[in-house]
Amino acid sequence: MSGPELLEKQVGILRTSAGAFFPGERAVFRGCNLHTTLKDLEWFELYVFGITGRRFTPQQVKVLHALWTYTSYPDARLWNNRVAALAGSARSTGTLGISAALAVSEAKIYGWAAARRASEFLFRAKAKVDEGAKLEEVVRAELKQRRGIGGYGRPIVSGDERIAPLMVLVREQGLEKGLFLNLAFEIEQILITQGWRMRMNHAAISAALAADFGMSSQEYYFFGFPAFLAGVPPCFQEAAEKPEGLLFPLPCRMLLYEGVARRSWHGANIAN
Amino acid sequence: MNEEIIHSRIWQEEAEPDNAFAASSCHCHGYDVYGELLGNASWIEYLFLLFRGEAPTRQQAKLLEGLAIALANPGPRDAAVHAAMCGGVGGSTSASCLTAALAVGAGASGGAREVYIAMEDWQSRGCNLEKWQTALKVKLVDDPADVWPVPEHPAGFDPYGVRCTTPVLQALTHLAGIGCGQSLIWLRDNRALLEAAAGLPLAMPGVAAAALHDLGYTPEQGEMLHLFLRLPGAAVHALEQKGYGYKKFPFFGVELENDPDPVSTSSTPIAADT
Repeated sequence: MSGPELLEKQVGILRTSAGAFFPGERAVFRGCNLHTTLKDLEWFELYVFGITGRRFTPQQVKVLHALWTYTSYPDARLWNNRVAALAGSARSTGTLGISAALAVSEAKIYGWAAARRASEFLFRAKAKVDEGAKLEEVVRAELKQRRGIGGYGRPIVSGDERIAPLMVLVREQGLEKGLFLNLAFEIEQILITQGWRMRMNHAAISAALAADFGMSSQEYYFFGFPAFLAGVPPCFQEAAEKPEGLLFPLPCRMLLYEGVARRSWHGANIAN
Repeated sequence: MNEEIIHSRIWQEEAEPDNAFAASSCHCHGYDVYGELLGNASWIEYLFLLFRGEAPTRQQAKLLEGLAIALANPGPRDAAVHAAMCGGVGGSTSASCLTAALAVGAGASGGAREVYIAMEDWQSRGCNLEKWQTALKVKLVDDPADVWPVPEHPAGFDPYGVRCTTPVLQALTHLAGIGCGQSLIWLRDNRALLEAAAGLPLAMPGVAAAALHDLGYTPEQGEMLHLFLRLPGAAVHALEQKGYGYKKFPFFGVELENDPDPVSTSSTPIAADT
């Protein structure tokens, strides 16, 4: 079956195993009754259960939670936070500002596109090492092909202040022996000793821990999505509490024009 | 402290003498926006100028205008418009309705990502039939490092189509007839061969990609244009459904495949305050 016939089979009905809401009766979440079977779950546990369909140990949950906590920075200069703060300053709604900030967090040089690349590289590197390749060769080939490695290096600064406290927690929970975590540190050592001067960032260590806990790249991507969230509302709120338009006002002199010289529309192509 | 600056090749401003935060003049790619463009340039000409940095020829302006009309409203069955209507019917903010349309209309199935990919195809294949026929038979591969899911059909073609629809043909015929660039004309003349190679009929994103390529846009620019050129339809249908109310908007039935307690398979519209 294909084409319109295939579409016709789906008209007017949702076939699902994700869940459903029966108004006035109950709600089902991944095959479990939300208000009975899952009623005692913390929201975080429900979130990762929704993504993976699996439950995680208390130690893993603690570390996963910390991956969010340690990267929630209420600094309105950060590009994603700035979106929410500007929304507050421009007197938009909190939901619009905060959801736009999260959408913007799917960026290439930080955030979720970068995290996705980090996760994919760790899985690919491990597969190659398992097949007998030397990790140094894998790293070198990646740098040659893509001129960078997802999860290593960082815009603006080189170090990552989140890694040390995270590793303290990881050790406290007895989770420091993970294969992906060790691989991530080995890659960093190669990058440092070979002179590439790229240190591991939060994307690599969180991707490694998630992989050690059994998450695929796709699951890790969805798990990570709210990681910046806690830092965003304070940026909106503070901007909203100040008089309107006071956040990052830009005088005309801050605009440096580098384009073509002034010209007249009357001589433009459209008149020809 | 040194004042930081924003660089721009597009926009130039001069401040009012008594207010550094208010512009007295604004120039776009060298043209005086409020002193000359306003009153002399059309919206479409200005739009072309913003992206391309040059005024359009008459043919370019006509093509962009035709494309803008073709894309402005895909109609309420379109997924992006459907998303906007979900905002409208629930009384969501106007911006969230358009955000919903952008999020859905961004995708690689009928959305701006499909146009982006198709424009990349135009860049690499041009009007070379053999290249198109060879590439259209290659299975699309996933890039797990990308946030974009792997496309499930060749960009620019309708995954569920039986034959090229009348509006797509009408749009292609009209836009190719303007005679701006070669891609649309070549697409019109070779459509049947391309459809045979793809095993699918041409769809509107395929026409849009060829038009945007003929207009000289990059895939990134084409993706942006496609996103916002389709917003008018999303906006008006969101407002329309807001007016109709939720009782006249489909909620659909459900078949739960792993129901732990299958006492009910009904689905009735939810109350407005749930």
